[in-house]
Amino acid sequence: MSAFDNEIDRELLRQVADLEAVPQGAYNIRKNSQLDGRASSANIEITSKPDKPGIDIRVKAGTQNESVHIPVIITEMGVTELVYNDFFIGPDCDITIVAGCGIHNSGCETSQHDGVHTFYIGPRSRVRYVEKHYGSGDGTGGRVMNPQTVAYLEEDACLDMETSQLGGVDSTKRYTKVTAGAGAEIVITEKLMTHGGQSAQSEMDVILAGEGASGRIVSRSVAREQSEQVFYPRLIGQAPCFGHVQCDAIIMDRAKVKSIPAITADHPDAQLIHEAAIGRIAGEQILKLMTLGLTEEEAEERILNGFLR
Amino acid sequence: MLELKNLCYQAQGEDGPADILRNISLTVADGRLVAVTGPNGGGKTTLAKAIMGLVEPTGGQILWNGADVTGLNVTQRAGLGISYGFQQPPRFKGLRVRDLLELAAGKSGLSQEECCQYLNRVGLCAGDYIDREVDASLSGGEVKRIEIATILARPAGLMIFDEPEAGIDLWSFSRLTDTFRAIHESRKSTLLIITHQERILSLADEIILVAAGRVSMQGPRDKIFPEILDATAGCSYRTGGERGECL
Repeated sequence: MSAFDNEIDRELLRQVADLEAVPQGAYNIRKNSQLDGRASSANIEITSKPDKPGIDIRVKAGTQNESVHIPVIITEMGVTELVYNDFFIGPDCDITIVAGCGIHNSGCETSQHDGVHTFYIGPRSRVRYVEKHYGSGDGTGGRVMNPQTVAYLEEDACLDMETSQLGGVDSTKRYTKVTAGAGAEIVITEKLMTHGGQSAQSEMDVILAGEGASGRIVSRSVAREQSEQVFYPRLIGQAPCFGHVQCDAIIMDRAKVKSIPAITADHPDAQLIHEAAIGRIAGEQILKLMTLGLTEEEAEERILNGFLR
Repeated sequence: MLELKNLCYQAQGEDGPADILRNISLTVADGRLVAVTGPNGGGKTTLAKAIMGLVEPTGGQILWNGADVTGLNVTQRAGLGISYGFQQPPRFKGLRVRDLLELAAGKSGLSQEECCQYLNRVGLCAGDYIDREVDASLSGGEVKRIEIATILARPAGLMIFDEPEAGIDLWSFSRLTDTFRAIHESRKSTLLIITHQERILSLADEIILVAAGRVSMQGPRDKIFPEILDATAGCSYRTGGERGECL
């Protein structure tokens, strides 16, 4: 039975990978720790790892305007998995990778997906990596996701990474480590919303190792109810480079947010900046939208949706 | 028609209660352009905010088209066709100019041409702005003009503007006064504009001077405008006005 055959699967795939049907191009769908569907393309080859759970994705040099979808869904309670996905991207590529994990848990046992994604990005290649995490189901069992992303960018490579987790995940510990070579560019945009008793932790090490490397980390988060968030993005400049970390959090109800951006210059020509802000929604913002006819609740939602867009 | 009856607002200051609005009563007929002017701290903004519901008066009544709206909240008043342009509009991380215009117009999917209509009237080129976030990357004058554009996008019987001229360059201001004139000539909305600008005062049917929480002068522009000029010109030479206070 395919993952597109029932509504729960379809909703998970829609949420984490914007998929309504089997995607064009290369893809690999993993469901409840099993392979549910896979296709390689002429330029992108997906193979199972021989020694451990996970896949290797090899992208031929010069591959342009292609995409790879590799969503993971879990619909059974009590599933715990650790998966290794490695991407080998040749030089001069321009591709989009859509990953993501959706857990629907209606049971009482925790389901957990831990994924380690490693990218080797060849010279001058541009990669857009989109990763969404989503949880649903009314069970008491936890929905846990602990993603690790490791990337090595060769000369003039570019990685634009967008991660989002906008609801339903009870506990997440995220770790991202990127090393950028000469002229390489890394942009990480992280969006996170927690509610209830959820907790989220995100640690990053972005190492600007080569001359002319640049790094930008933008983190926007909303912590509601009694949820807790910790951000610890660290930017390290080892060469003449430019880096910027910006962490913005909206805090509501009785939530707690800790934001600890760190910048380290190991080279005198490393230019590094960090900004961090935590605060409630400004009352003036809500009032302004109310003067346009929104209720207080609608105004609040509109502000949060915009903030996390 | 807008009617204010004995409107009072008392704030709790560090030195005890302070009367910001003292028994303000006035009537603004439909389709009129009324300019409210007066010294800083005289209560003009509080008066405008009280009409929109942003400030809760401690006494008196506000009637709009015959209905008592004193107990209604901001959203309810907006639903009845009252709109308000902030003197210092807030910025929004993540909300674009297009989003605010769509919220104001009450419909999604405004075309570029429609956005252009509103933005051009405040001297902004739509193509440069509609997809920009209304955040700290915009200057104070730009945010202010976008704020005014949201009021223009909103169908409202009563448009309140709190110092629309503040922070706006001369060229855009000239465009803005043309826009106020055009709205006024259409007679579709009543305009209540707090202003210190002679060019806006000269557009008004009526001028209300608010000082020390009271209406200290009120009447047709041609009568009040010269009196204000006389009073303000004399101000620096006098220790007090006829009422014992400097205007």
